[in-house]
Amino acid sequence: MSSATAGTPATSPPQAAAVETPFRRFVAEFAESRLALFGLGLFLLIAAAALLAPWIAPQDPYDLAQLDIMDGRLEPGSPSGDGRMTYWLGTDDQGRDMLSGILYGLRISLGVGAGSAILACLVGASLGMLAAYAGGRTDGLIMRLVDLQLSFPAILAALMILAFLGKGVLNVVIALVVVEWAYYARTVRGTALVERRREYIEAAQCLALPTRRIIFRHLLPNCLPPLIVVGTMQVARAIALEATLSFLGLGVPITEPSLGLLIANGYEYMLSGKYWISFYPGIALLVTIVAINLVGDQLRDVLNPRLKK
Amino acid sequence: MTVFLLRRLLQAAAVVLVMSLLVFLGVYAIGDPVEILISPEADQIERERAIRALGLDLPLWQQYLVFLGRALQGDLGRSFVFNEPALQLILQRMPATLELAVGATLVALVIGLPLGLYAGLRPHAPVAKGILAGSILGFSLPTFWVGLMLIMVFAVQLGWLPSTGRGETVTVLGMRWSFLTRDGLAHMVMPALNLSLFKTSLVIRLTRAGVRETMLMDYVKFARAKGLSPARITFVHVFKNILIPVVTVVGLEFGGTIAFSVVTESVFAWPGMGKLIIDSINVLDRPVMVAYLMIIVLMFITINLVVDITYSLLDPRVRLEGKS
Amino acid sequence: MSPPTLQVRNLRTHFFTRAGVVRAVDDVSFTVGRGRVLGLVGESGSGKSVTGFSILGLVDPPGRIVGGQVLFQGQDLATLSEEAMRRLRGNRIAMIFQDPMMTLNPVLRIDTQMIETVLAHAKVSREEARQRARDALGQVGIPSPEERLRAYPHQFSGGMRQRVAIAIALLHKPDLIVADEPTTALDVTIQGQILAEAQKLCAESGTALIWITHDLSVVAGLADDIAVMYAGKVVEQGPVAEVLDAPLHPYTVGLIGSVPSRNRRGEPLRQIPGMTPSLLNLPAGCAFRARCPRAEARCAEPPPFAEYRPGRFARCIHPHGEAIAA
Repeated sequence: MSSATAGTPATSPPQAAAVETPFRRFVAEFAESRLALFGLGLFLLIAAAALLAPWIAPQDPYDLAQLDIMDGRLEPGSPSGDGRMTYWLGTDDQGRDMLSGILYGLRISLGVGAGSAILACLVGASLGMLAAYAGGRTDGLIMRLVDLQLSFPAILAALMILAFLGKGVLNVVIALVVVEWAYYARTVRGTALVERRREYIEAAQCLALPTRRIIFRHLLPNCLPPLIVVGTMQVARAIALEATLSFLGLGVPITEPSLGLLIANGYEYMLSGKYWISFYPGIALLVTIVAINLVGDQLRDVLNPRLKK
Repeated sequence: MTVFLLRRLLQAAAVVLVMSLLVFLGVYAIGDPVEILISPEADQIERERAIRALGLDLPLWQQYLVFLGRALQGDLGRSFVFNEPALQLILQRMPATLELAVGATLVALVIGLPLGLYAGLRPHAPVAKGILAGSILGFSLPTFWVGLMLIMVFAVQLGWLPSTGRGETVTVLGMRWSFLTRDGLAHMVMPALNLSLFKTSLVIRLTRAGVRETMLMDYVKFARAKGLSPARITFVHVFKNILIPVVTVVGLEFGGTIAFSVVTESVFAWPGMGKLIIDSINVLDRPVMVAYLMIIVLMFITINLVVDITYSLLDPRVRLEGKS
Repeated sequence: MSPPTLQVRNLRTHFFTRAGVVRAVDDVSFTVGRGRVLGLVGESGSGKSVTGFSILGLVDPPGRIVGGQVLFQGQDLATLSEEAMRRLRGNRIAMIFQDPMMTLNPVLRIDTQMIETVLAHAKVSREEARQRARDALGQVGIPSPEERLRAYPHQFSGGMRQRVAIAIALLHKPDLIVADEPTTALDVTIQGQILAEAQKLCAESGTALIWITHDLSVVAGLADDIAVMYAGKVVEQGPVAEVLDAPLHPYTVGLIGSVPSRNRRGEPLRQIPGMTPSLLNLPAGCAFRARCPRAEARCAEPPPFAEYRPGRFARCIHPHGEAIAA
């Protein structure tokens, strides 16, 4: 710019800027909200508990040899019939320790939620990028599909897909991907369209860089922040939706009970006052979703440039 | 206005056509239509006859035309389970779902608007922060589990409200309604509250955001400069402006509410369309599934149309664009 | 003798933001008499609009009036209750805003917005209120007011909307009107019409007018007195002709120099170097000294607001033409 500053030797400012990397700034801004940090901690705890379930659960709830039907429907805090353990959260109708059931259920709930979110992200982001880059009719067609998908309630679409495909963990994942891809597609297309008009992309095109390089090195990194925000929210949504579908008896099979199915199992005992069979899995589900949403809310505030002051 | 309406109607018809094609492909091309449309108990000769009668030996595009023709006459097949026309079956249960959805919408507006208004006007008050936190929780809570908890607390523990069913109904206009009897209304309280959970949170958030945005507008400051009372500024100048987005979203969400009544109806054994479709899926009563899907699509399109028209009535700018 | 319509004394309005205290209005004083027009001139961010809002008690948090007096017909508005203030606003003191596209509520009809103003301050029937609204529209030159009453704001052009806003301000024949750059967003021809009408109004009805603007040429033709604001302070004040002909403060000199018509043809436009300072970390002393061609070491001390010639005030230790004064 001005020759005066160019003449003086560059001192601290460039180095100071180098220390503050975008990632560090992101971490610092994220940590500004204690609630979000709490959510993150909670989520990591839940994820760890789910991952380590086989080692930390008092009982393998699917090993029938460990179950004692005589211990069925015991209240929280009751000792087991053989006196070897305490059912801190009670037992279900089969004498299964609810705490163990919840830990194993979390594995399935989180697995289905994260798995479907990742797959939906891959599908949606690819289609969104294709729409943004190809433009014209391809764009029109993909975006009509997105509109159609978004105007139809997720629960109904998932219900119908499962009605035709039948129960099963994989089918639930497919259904969730089908109802969720559109969010990612819309997000990526929107961001990519804005970025595409930027001068550096034009410059890259003038340099005749290969399309692949422009997309992966230039467009995609810019789409990442909104994608992360949408992805976090969608994981929470997917977990809730899976639980709902399983509660309705259309989700995971009885052999792989997620939290939703555990809650459904307790439904009939609820009316006779045996609340714990539905209550505790519900609390686990609730805490998981709230934790993810807390993180997602803060991510949105930090990563959304429009909210920056 | 007429041109505007006509254009919207044409668009709606186009969407119905596309959706019917999707449903048709879903049922006839992906699934085995013989299995879907002919009772599994039928023997070989009956099957052959039915295949010909249903035109399943025709090319796919001809089959679609036949399907379309029948659908236009209101024939969407017969339920295997009830042995009744699927359409009739669904229409019988529609009032129950509609009154639940309308009830939930009213609850959402009655609770959500004042809370959102307060939270928007006093964003830094502790109560406002509590309201906001509550609305975040409302988005996070799994509806079906909240329903169970409502039953546990109010029906099982306290015994204040009946846990399931529709209660006493009154027949008006050939349809049975719960909301006209005391008993029916008591049965409706919990399901409506449960179904409104998500929507109430949505209304709170929309209202709060709308109020905060509108309060910063010049016309609000000008209204203050005119010496209007705070009440008039809040309830006329601010409220009328935020009503537009809120009504739009709540209206558009009405379809979602009807869809989500699937869950609430299952929890509270409310005998509406949602419970019917879950039962039908569980016994693979596919004609009912197809009919439900088509009706939901039609409903969605109607809702969109109604919202568009209401919107144009509320916002003079849209209305005049349509006129010219 | 009755007190002047408005006397502002040492007004301070500060904004308490996260980043620090913004002294948007810092020790501002001026007087506007009956039927007089005061031109309040300054760049954007100089605090002239906040001064206007302070007079009406319409400063929103995090801002508030922290000191000084706003004497309206001898009564200090800063001490009035909100309800008492409300009864004055739109009634005895009216305000006209900058952007006519934004001041009228888009979802309410013109008649609603006018009638509510009448009813807020007068116990009259709706029909009577409507009659007054119609008359006010006619007064500002809107053709077929009866029909236009039933229209929505978006059916009006910008100039027409500003006329409606002015009509609303005139409904109760106020004693004071604060006009915040009301013609900035309008075409030059319409600007001229509105200025002429404003002048006529003040002369006829004795209404005092504060015309906030950044445009010296508007003030030249309209105002009786002028107050030039810079960085929250009045830097120069006096009768309009004298200030424009023989400015005291270097900032005023710069402002006048940058008006195109005042330059000779072919000569480059003179401009004030640099930018308006941020009000957040204002250095002590004269706020203009970083841009002032006459700045010297003494300028680091806060300059006094002194009367250099009769009726001519300036906040500068070395005003132009000081030789004459001395």
